[in-house]
Amino acid sequence: MSTLVIRGGRIIDPAQAIDETGDLIVRDDRIVGIDQPVNSVDQEIDATGQIVSPGLIDTHVSFREPGFEEDETTETGTAAALAGGFTSVACMPDTFPTVDNRGAAEFITLQADRAGHCHVFPLGAVTRNLDGEELAEIGQLVEGGAVGFTDAKRPVANAEIMWRALEYTRMFDRPVLSHPQVPELVARGVMHEGFYSTLLGLKGIPAIAERIMASRDLALAERTGGRLHLMCISTEGSIDEIRRAKDRGVSVTAEVTPHHLALTDDLLQSFDSNLKVDPPLRSADHVAALIEGLKDGTIDVICSDHQPYANEKKDRELDLVPFGIVGLETVLPICIKTLIEPGHLSWSELIAKLTSGPAAVLGIDRGTLVPGSVADITIIDPTAEWTINPDGFRSKSRNSPFVGWNVRGRPTTVIVDGQVRTVADL
Amino acid sequence: MNAASELGNSLSDDWSKKHLLGLEELSADEITLILDQAAEFKRLAASGETKLGALAGTVVANLFFEPSTRTRTSFALASKRLSADTVDFSSAGSSLSKGETFVDTARNIEAMGVDLVVVRHSTPGAPHLLAKHLNASVLNAGDGTHEHPTQALLDIFTIREQRGSLKGLTVALVGDILHSRVARSNIWGLTKLGARVIVCGPSTLIPPHVEKLGVEVSNNFDEILAETDCINLLRIQFERQRSAFFPSIREYAHLFGMNGDRIKRSRKDVLILAPGPINRGVELTPDVADGSHSVILDQVTNGLVVRMACLYLLFQRRKQESAVGAPQ
Repeated sequence: MSTLVIRGGRIIDPAQAIDETGDLIVRDDRIVGIDQPVNSVDQEIDATGQIVSPGLIDTHVSFREPGFEEDETTETGTAAALAGGFTSVACMPDTFPTVDNRGAAEFITLQADRAGHCHVFPLGAVTRNLDGEELAEIGQLVEGGAVGFTDAKRPVANAEIMWRALEYTRMFDRPVLSHPQVPELVARGVMHEGFYSTLLGLKGIPAIAERIMASRDLALAERTGGRLHLMCISTEGSIDEIRRAKDRGVSVTAEVTPHHLALTDDLLQSFDSNLKVDPPLRSADHVAALIEGLKDGTIDVICSDHQPYANEKKDRELDLVPFGIVGLETVLPICIKTLIEPGHLSWSELIAKLTSGPAAVLGIDRGTLVPGSVADITIIDPTAEWTINPDGFRSKSRNSPFVGWNVRGRPTTVIVDGQVRTVADL
Repeated sequence: MNAASELGNSLSDDWSKKHLLGLEELSADEITLILDQAAEFKRLAASGETKLGALAGTVVANLFFEPSTRTRTSFALASKRLSADTVDFSSAGSSLSKGETFVDTARNIEAMGVDLVVVRHSTPGAPHLLAKHLNASVLNAGDGTHEHPTQALLDIFTIREQRGSLKGLTVALVGDILHSRVARSNIWGLTKLGARVIVCGPSTLIPPHVEKLGVEVSNNFDEILAETDCINLLRIQFERQRSAFFPSIREYAHLFGMNGDRIKRSRKDVLILAPGPINRGVELTPDVADGSHSVILDQVTNGLVVRMACLYLLFQRRKQESAVGAPQ
C-alpha cells in the first residue's frame, strides 16, 4: 500500500460540485478523499496555488497508428496527451486499416499499454472501412473495448445507415459520434463560406452544411432513442438545433474545439495551412454562439480534435493539405485565454467540459475525484506564463496555429492510475 | 541595346515591393506607377526601341502549373524584350508527376540561379507559399480563383489609354464572378483608381458578400447597359465549374452574352473588353468581338508592356536592395 497526499491545492471536482482548498488523498490507484486522516505518507505533492482536477479526458483525437506513423504513433500521441494534462483519450478509427473489427480495437489498447502514458479508449467504426455502406461489427467491437462509434471525419451520409446505427448501438448503450456535414455541400471546400472566401477565391464550406446534417442526426436520434454525440460543432445554426433538441429530451451531447473559439476565418488571409481545419474556422458571430452554447450547457465537452500531420503533408498548396491541427498540448491554455480570462466560464465549468462531460459521453468511470474512483488527476498551475513553441511538443507533428502565442496555465503534474508523472520530465 | 537612361529611373525609385502577389496589397499610387512605366515602354516601342537591356544578366523562370497560352507567351516575350534569360517550366511531364512537391520544384529551379519567378497555379495562395520559401521575387500570373494582377493591370491600362483616367467611369464585369481571379483583381484595381464597378452575372455565379469589396451587384445585363462606360466580359470557366450553375450555354448567352442588339442599347462610346480566351457566341458574338467597340486585341498588345513594367520594377527593387546590402 502506498499513500500519496496532494497538499493545499484548490480541488475542483464538478461531478461532486466541489471547489475547495484541501489535501487530496490517494491510495495505490484509487482516490481516498479530501482531508482524510492519514497514518503514513509515502509521497507528497505541494499543490499550493494550483488547481487539482480530475484527469482531463479528450473525446476526439487521431493517433494515426496503424498506417500513418509518420504523423503520430500511440506512443507519441499519448505522451502529448499527458503533456497537455489528459489522462484519458478516445481515439478515432480513421487509421489504416480502420478500426472496424475487434482485433483492430484491441491493437489500439495494446499499443497504449505498451506506451504506458495514459488511458486510450478506442472508438469503433460505424461502417466497414468507414465507407458508409454497411454497419461494422459493432457488437464485437464493443467486446474489443470500443466505447463509441464513429466514421470520424466522414459523416454517415446515408440516412438509413445512420438510423440503423443509432438503433443498433442503443442495445449496447454506446453513443454514435457524428461529424455533421452534408457531403455535397462541403465537397472541395477549403474554408468557411463568407466574405473572406469571396475575397481569397477559396471554395467555401457553408455553415448550413453542418446545420442540415446536425438536424437530420437529431431527428434520427429522437426517433430511435439512440445516443448521439455531435462532434466539433462550429456554427450558430447547429447550436440552435441542439439546444431545441435537448429541450425536447433528445439524448444528445455535443463538443467544440478550442481553435474554433480562438480563431476566425479572416486569418486565412495568410494562407497558412495550419488554419485549414474541418469544420473550418468560422466568423465571429458563430464563435459568439459557441461560447453561448458552452455557457448554457448546450455544449457538454471541449475536445482537442488532435489531427497530427507530418510537415511534408502540411507545407503544400492549400487545397492539397489535409484538414487539421495538433491540439492536445494547447487545449488548456487556449481555453483559459478564450473562456476563463474573458469571464465566460468559471474554472469549475471549464473543468466539467474537460472531465465529467466527456466521461459521460464515453460512458467511462473517470472524470471525478469521488472516493473509490480511479486515481487519474491533473494538477494545473493556472498562472504559469509560457510561449507556445511546437519544438517542445511531445506530439510527433508540429502543425499548430498557435505558434508564438503567449499564454497562461499549464499542467504541472499528471497522475494516471495513482502513478505520478511530472510534466516537465516527460 | 539601349542604355538604362532611356528608361528614366525616376519611376522605379518609388517602387518598394519585393513580390507582386495581387492588386489587393497595392496602393493607387503603386498601380499608377506600373501603368506609367508600361506607358513609357509602349512609347519606347513605338519609337523603335523594342529591345531593352534593362534586365540583361538576370534570369526569369516561368512556372506554369496550369495551362496558359496568352499569359505565358506574353511573360516570355516581356522578359526577352528586357534581355532577361528565361527558363520555362510547365507541370505536364515534369517531376511533379513523379511526386515532387510544388515548393521543392520551385526551390530546385531557383537553385539554378533564378532571380524572379512568374507563377501560375490552380491554388489560391500558391504564389504566397513560394514567396515564403524562395529568395527570388515572385510574380503572380494567376492563382486559382484568387488574383490575376497583370491581367487586371492590362485591362485598366487599356481603359486608361482610351479614356485618360479611371475616375468616375462605370465599369461592368460581366459573367462568372465566382470563379474569376480576373474579376477580383479588377475590382481591387478599378475601385482604388476611383472607378465605379458593377459585377453582373447569374445569381449562382456572384460570390457571397461581394458588395463588401465596394462593388454593386446586378443580375440584369440589359438594365446596366445604359450607365456603363466599359464592359469586361469574363470567360465562362467551364473547367472550374463542377456543378450546374446555369441551365444551358444557350440560356447564358441569351441573358448575359454581348451581341449586336445589346451594343445598340449601350453607350455610343462603350468599350468592350474580354480577358480571353473568348468563347465566341457565348460571352460575346463575333460581330462584337471584332467590332469597333472592341479593344480585345489592344488588351493583348498592352499585356506585353504591362508585364515588362512589372518585371522591370521588381528587378529595380532587387538591384537597389543588393546595392545597399539589405537582407532579402
